[in-house]
Amino acid sequence: MRLTLPRLLQLAVTLLTAAFLIVPAIQSILAGLTVNYFRGLSSGFTLRWVGEVWRLYADSILLSMGLAVACLGVTLVIGVPAAYALAKNPGRLSRILEEFISLPLAVPGLALALALLQLYGSMTGFRTSWTFILVGHVLYTLPFMVRSVLAVLMAMDLKSLEESAATLGASTVTRFRTIVVPNAMPGILAGALTVVTLSIGEFNLTWMLHTPYLKTLPVGLADSYASMRLEIASAYTLVFFVMIVPLLMAMQWATDRAQRISR
Amino acid sequence: MTLTIRNASKTYPDGTRALLPTDLTVGEGEILSLLGPSGCGKTTLLRIIAGLETPDAGTQVRFDDEDVTRLAVERRNVGMVFQSYALFPNMSVRANIGYGLKVRKVPRAEREQRVDEVLALCRLGDYAERAVTALSGGQRQRVALARAMAPRPRILLLDEPLSALDAALRDSLRDELAAMLRQFRITAVFVTHDQAEALAIADRIAVMSQGVMQQVGRPEELYREPVSSFVARFIGNAMPLPGTIADGHLILPGGRLPLAAGTSDAEVFVRAEDVHLDEAGPLSGTVETVAFSGGHYRIGLAGVTGETLFATHPGRQAPRPGDSVRLRIDAGDLLVLPQDRS
Amino acid sequence: MANRTFIGLCLLPLAVFSLAFLALPLVRLVMASSEGTEGWGIYLQILQTPRYLQTLLQTVLVSLAVSVVALAISTTAGLFLARNRFPGRGALLSVLTLPLAFPGVVVGFLIILLGGRQGLFNTLLPGHVVFAYSLLGLFLGYLYFSIPRVLLTVMAATEKLDPALEEAARTLGASPYRVVFDVILPGLAPSLVAAGAIAFATAMGAFGTAFTLATDIDVLPMVIYTEFTLSANIAMAAALSVLLGLATWVLLLLARSFAGATVAAGG
Ligand SMILES: Nc1ncnc2c1ncn2[C@@H]1O[C@H](COP(=O)(O)OP(=O)(O)OP(=O)(O)O)[C@@H](O)[C@H]1O
Ligand SMILES: [Mg+2]
Repeated sequence: MRLTLPRLLQLAVTLLTAAFLIVPAIQSILAGLTVNYFRGLSSGFTLRWVGEVWRLYADSILLSMGLAVACLGVTLVIGVPAAYALAKNPGRLSRILEEFISLPLAVPGLALALALLQLYGSMTGFRTSWTFILVGHVLYTLPFMVRSVLAVLMAMDLKSLEESAATLGASTVTRFRTIVVPNAMPGILAGALTVVTLSIGEFNLTWMLHTPYLKTLPVGLADSYASMRLEIASAYTLVFFVMIVPLLMAMQWATDRAQRISR
Repeated sequence: MTLTIRNASKTYPDGTRALLPTDLTVGEGEILSLLGPSGCGKTTLLRIIAGLETPDAGTQVRFDDEDVTRLAVERRNVGMVFQSYALFPNMSVRANIGYGLKVRKVPRAEREQRVDEVLALCRLGDYAERAVTALSGGQRQRVALARAMAPRPRILLLDEPLSALDAALRDSLRDELAAMLRQFRITAVFVTHDQAEALAIADRIAVMSQGVMQQVGRPEELYREPVSSFVARFIGNAMPLPGTIADGHLILPGGRLPLAAGTSDAEVFVRAEDVHLDEAGPLSGTVETVAFSGGHYRIGLAGVTGETLFATHPGRQAPRPGDSVRLRIDAGDLLVLPQDRS
Repeated sequence: MANRTFIGLCLLPLAVFSLAFLALPLVRLVMASSEGTEGWGIYLQILQTPRYLQTLLQTVLVSLAVSVVALAISTTAGLFLARNRFPGRGALLSVLTLPLAFPGVVVGFLIILLGGRQGLFNTLLPGHVVFAYSLLGLFLGYLYFSIPRVLLTVMAATEKLDPALEEAARTLGASPYRVVFDVILPGLAPSLVAAGAIAFATAMGAFGTAFTLATDIDVLPMVIYTEFTLSANIAMAAALSVLLGLATWVLLLLARSFAGATVAAGG
């Protein structure tokens, strides 16, 4: 690479941007591990704050994990068959339906949460159970699952594959199980990782839907930012990073792979 | 198994009449080829036999004595080789071939034995554990055939099984496929738009055009006794001899040819191999082009009819472009067909 | 089971779910906006109340600034990363895309670490440099949130550009600058518009970042939140939500009809 002036300028912008993004993240990691952030790193490193986070927020962390798994289960059950049906009937109606379920990507989570609260807020049993938050998470992540699977299904010759399975004696359900699902696997995997990543990080809807007894990880984060000392807030953020970064990387890898297949 | 089709027709939802009412019978163990130009409805007819397409009301499809018209495709027990082969990419060669047995819940031991048998018949033994994505075009075609044959179908349907291969491979695989189909001894319907393929593989050929079954017969019959100008042109490239018919003769720019008594209002065709260079012949023409093609010369002649007429000349020497020549066409070689209505 | 029945069954769970938890709630939200003392006049009231108007204006301006700056930065960095290979490129790319999974609250906290009272700038620089809770802090938070998304869109679009076009321009004697302005940017334009629209819409609706930073700033999501929780003015919260949702949805629809895919992750 020859370093010309324009290249240098571009490099400078790129590096500055990277610094803007990474420096505070590093700060939060360090702050979560130092004895006293105000006194600086010289005060020494400790895992005390991480332990404190676990003591204070273990419930939140576990709730988020449980929600993510449940959300994955529901999006799989709803999303995979739906993507198949949409792939089989690629008409105008399917486009409209796909557009409609993608609404939660465009409409801010706050508005969706208000809508859910308006309709179901008075059903106390439902309102105060974890399934209410689950509904919000499914609402937000479902379009990712459907689109991811749909893209892979549209890229393969679904019609011929299914027809050949049919001539070999496979019924509709058998075809779905033995041909459609296995061949859609890259899309399902990418969709699944996206769903889990998004569910664990979801805040906008969850903040409105949660109850004092049901706080997810990000809700707990907001809580710690407002009321805990900086070290604990940072340690909690660190815990979040440790969970979300590997997920994000797996998600990007799976999405790239699925896209290569769909091309 | 004997396949009987009565009054089969298909109108697609957009109104396309892909197949006009058609009758067809394919005898036990017979290989029938559906031959015709692109878009004539061959695939549509094949898919109606398979049960993949719902035909118009009034259609009847019988397998022996059983009416299968309303039977779902997965219950018909047909074997089908798709144009794109449609091998399952998530399965190995062995799993592809065993799929039909597996969904029929054939016990594992019996299944494996049958798959091994078919693998051997189709000379795929060495590739059994490979992924289907790691096969050559010819190998894929054999896997598709083996997969269709493994569940012992009542009838084998093939939709242009050679068209996905490149030209050089196609010629060599044609004879191989013909040999394999014979060894299976199965009733088979084979779609193609390549007459050489049909002639090499089929016992009988059904020629289609624009949704209409033009003629069904043995290859020799279609070649020697076409019933329509379409069949004559399509099988063996017969050339029209457009001229006027007067007092028992066909009058062409290059001379007069005697016709059988009572011929009028007919189209006359001839094939290149029936046009002979003969110094005493009744027709005259000028040599336009000469192309040597191995065993014979193909000579293009001007002035005999309005267009270029071709002659196949088997001699060791050929005339040169510009030469004037005389030609003979024997009366028995003329194909005299009723005027095409269209 | 017949084919059509099975496909119907496949769609059924989706239909039930999106009817119960998307269609009906949205209808209810619209209805709720009319259930205040003003009735449907509430939308007129929004346009006549200076506080709401100013909030709208402020939200639009911040969002606009964010999308323009994010576009400029991400296009520069994205083109650089897409067109050059050098050691450390992969790491740089990871750093630039990792924040994709950070929710708005976390981004807000990171801005506090930069510009809060105990923040990097306040401790390193002399004087009192605290910007986290100002409009600048909010702007930086939104920017942090948008850069990875816009960057990925730009890089994906750059990879789809035909390199032969650039080479052709070069053989015709165009300077590298001319190539950028005559070939690359026009080629990227649809994706840039789409990415800008996504950044704009995301910023308009960003709640998490505003929740941590904008305690004193009137931006639309915060106003909706306070109307709902503090003032218990349900109708107004619903009406503002309807306006906000409608605006972002229409904008994204326009952007998508203009060009391809959406990149979205993190809440
Ligand atoms: N699903 C469909 N909807 C509407 N028209 C169709 C459909 N499938 C086929 N056709 C039309 O029906 C006619 C016959 O099609 P068919 O596929 O049977 O032809 P074919 O003889 O197999 O041609 P080819 O050699 O190109 O495969 C064509 O005009 C085609 O365009
Ligand atoms: Mg066909």
